[in-house]
Amino acid sequence: MPSRNLGIAAIVIVLALALLPLSGSRYALDLSTQVLIYCLFALSLNVLIGYIGNVSFGHAAYFAIGGYSCVILLTTYQWPLMLALPAAIVVSGLAAAAIGYFCVRLTEIYFAMLTLAFAMLVWGVAFKWKDVTGGDDGFTGVLMPKLLEDHANFFWFTLVSVSVGVALLWMICHSAFGLTLVAIRENAVRAGFVGVDTRKMRWAAFTVAGTFAGLAGALFGMYNRGMYIENAFWTESAQVLIMVLLGGIHSFIGPLIGAAVLYLLQIVTNQYTPYWPTVLGTILLIVVLVLPDGLTGLAKRFRIFSGS
Amino acid sequence: MTLPVFLTNVFYGLALAMNMFVIASGLNLIFGVLRVINFAHGMFYMFGAYFMFTVTKSWGAPFIVGVLAAGAGLAAIALVIERFLLRRLYGKEHLMQLLFTFAIVLLMSDAAKMIWGTDQYSVGYPPSLRGAVQLGPTIVPQYLVFLCAAGPMIAVAMWLAVDRTRWGRIVRAATQDREMLAALGVNVPMVYAMVFTIGSALAGIGGALAAPRIALAPGMDATIINECFIIVIIGGLGHLWGSFLGALAFGFVVQFGTILVPNWQDVLPYLLMLSVLLIRPWGLLGRPELSR
Amino acid sequence: MTGMLTIAGLWKSFDGFVATRDVHLTLNQGETHAVIGPNGAGKTTFFNLITGHIRPDRGSVNFEGTELTGRPPEKIVRMGIARSFQRINIYPRLSVFENVQVALIAHKRQHWNLFTPGRSLHREDTADLLRLVGLSGEAIEVAGELSYGKQKQLELAIALAAQPRLLLLDEPTAGMSPHETADAIALIRDIVKARGLTLLFTEHDMSVVFGIAERISVLHHGEIIASGTPEAVRDDPEVRRVYLGEHAHE
Repeated sequence: MPSRNLGIAAIVIVLALALLPLSGSRYALDLSTQVLIYCLFALSLNVLIGYIGNVSFGHAAYFAIGGYSCVILLTTYQWPLMLALPAAIVVSGLAAAAIGYFCVRLTEIYFAMLTLAFAMLVWGVAFKWKDVTGGDDGFTGVLMPKLLEDHANFFWFTLVSVSVGVALLWMICHSAFGLTLVAIRENAVRAGFVGVDTRKMRWAAFTVAGTFAGLAGALFGMYNRGMYIENAFWTESAQVLIMVLLGGIHSFIGPLIGAAVLYLLQIVTNQYTPYWPTVLGTILLIVVLVLPDGLTGLAKRFRIFSGS
Repeated sequence: MTLPVFLTNVFYGLALAMNMFVIASGLNLIFGVLRVINFAHGMFYMFGAYFMFTVTKSWGAPFIVGVLAAGAGLAAIALVIERFLLRRLYGKEHLMQLLFTFAIVLLMSDAAKMIWGTDQYSVGYPPSLRGAVQLGPTIVPQYLVFLCAAGPMIAVAMWLAVDRTRWGRIVRAATQDREMLAALGVNVPMVYAMVFTIGSALAGIGGALAAPRIALAPGMDATIINECFIIVIIGGLGHLWGSFLGALAFGFVVQFGTILVPNWQDVLPYLLMLSVLLIRPWGLLGRPELSR
Repeated sequence: MTGMLTIAGLWKSFDGFVATRDVHLTLNQGETHAVIGPNGAGKTTFFNLITGHIRPDRGSVNFEGTELTGRPPEKIVRMGIARSFQRINIYPRLSVFENVQVALIAHKRQHWNLFTPGRSLHREDTADLLRLVGLSGEAIEVAGELSYGKQKQLELAIALAAQPRLLLLDEPTAGMSPHETADAIALIRDIVKARGLTLLFTEHDMSVVFGIAERISVLHHGEIIASGTPEAVRDDPEVRRVYLGEHAHE
């Protein structure tokens, strides 16, 4: 079965990555940490885009809520990591559930606009609630647990968290729930007539996506030793959307590839020119006009489930 | 709050609302006909404001030339974008159209940096509209009176164009059923190109009109696009008078928010939008989507 | 006696156009009942009203003592009413197998299961249903690429996955060749008999209608103008005048 091969491949990749700190390159470690975080972020968004076919243009909101919650709990309230991280994930999940309740009443373009508007509300709150979030100065001076101040340790911690997150998302996307989500994407009316409450299912998927984005955000906040309002801005939502699209929405691993490729490309580009937006815009034009199935779509014609 | 202060704020809110309406109505028109959310609309607005700066400050041309140059300039840019690129994406998924317009944002933002740099500019009120007007117990800048008049004029002009002309009938039909229209021999691609051009020109004009009352700097596009989204969502996507109502609500909420809950005025529009959506998920004048 | 499905005083209008006008109909357990009428008579609207796809303006639909009006489709299907659609309504990019599998997952209320792989569920039941409708050979094909007739069969399998007691088929042979039609009707008749189903269907092919229906109702301009045995309907002067008369114009 292909999924068994994929499982073995995943374990090999994770083990290989776990050896990375032995290289002694702090640059490689930090870069890999960031790439891993963005991989999880992009993957969480694809639950919405690839599986229920609803494009969220405000996914940065849950990333930011997870990040802010985590660093605020760690620093302002001096919670231990063991409590702060789960709490941050729960907070983002609850926020996604509350916002999703309204968003899933609409579909298609209306859904996209509403998710964007809510994300900007989150941005506005982060901007204006200076006492708690630091406003446009950002939230800095994060108190990290001693153990995770070491870069190698934090890399391992991220690797484990992201791997667990990816594994859980894999399970959810391939479960009976995930299969039903695909059915809703394909034909919501038909799904209703076989007994599926499509709105509730979409609501649940929205909450799942927000929860995992929250985990990614919490890891990012700790890695970054702070959160900034830019992390909640709509351009951040657009960036993760581009990662998903570049990798390919019709494949589980597509967003992982897209996140890694885009992030590394940005690092490389910034070494040569300040005009990263132009490069990104050009990539985006190419994807939209020529490569709608993304990089994984180049490799194989899309097929999410290969039948019996 | 004394009566004069109250009236002054009503007036400033109205001026803001009318300026916003000019911009949002273009976004709304494009959405209504093409079903495309144009993220580049904020960028078009910014270019309109920058054109105003270049034409009136650098070249010393009169204000009205700046407005016309902004409108014509954005119309030209939009026409090129529509004819050579956007056209290929009609009928594709919304995601692709959305990301296409975002690519335009990225490219134009760098272009703006190359042309105008990252400095902050100001334009100032045009000489002919620099005075003040006594309105009952309060005194207000002439320029804002001009804005308050310009908004409704554009609204009525658009309403007449869309509701009372043959061209408007075609545009309205295009929002309903583009295949049928094509079958009737209407040049639908031409209608789309015109709508995109006119909608974008409105963003340029809106930017030119806003230039005298704001600071011009990179990033002004991102703020405005969100405010436009709020306005069209509140009013109902694709509905002209909905956008007018949405702009009014936005203008007053921001203006009075600044006075009553300083610092939080930027969050209030989102709360307004939320409360509207709680009661009417499709906006004040919007209609439910047809179930497919 | 009260029937399995009792429809009383059902009205629905769209922008002033009355699509369903004061419809009364009683369906008994085990009955095979056809609704006929010219195009635009309101047959599909009538089905949509029963299955919760649209809400009636007034009137009631009562299924085994439970009122259906106002309930969403997903609740109604759980009570034992499944339907097919006149226009093909499947998941075009899923495999034939998955199309049925999803229906079984939903029927067993497993669509909230986040842990069990979806593809591993109900494989035997899915295979059984595909065998029943004659699609065993096409299980791994992409549903949207099947021939029209086979997509109709797939629709039937999806409807049967909900284990209905009342089956509503909207034009089950529309678009089929005469040969396909004969096969499809034989198949439906066998399934209905084997499972003891109550069947309500619309159909344009009169040989099909008079071949399998035990009772027929004639819908005209949203109104039922006659209802009874095939013989009674065939001889009804109103039906002959309105229904056949309209056909003569075409």
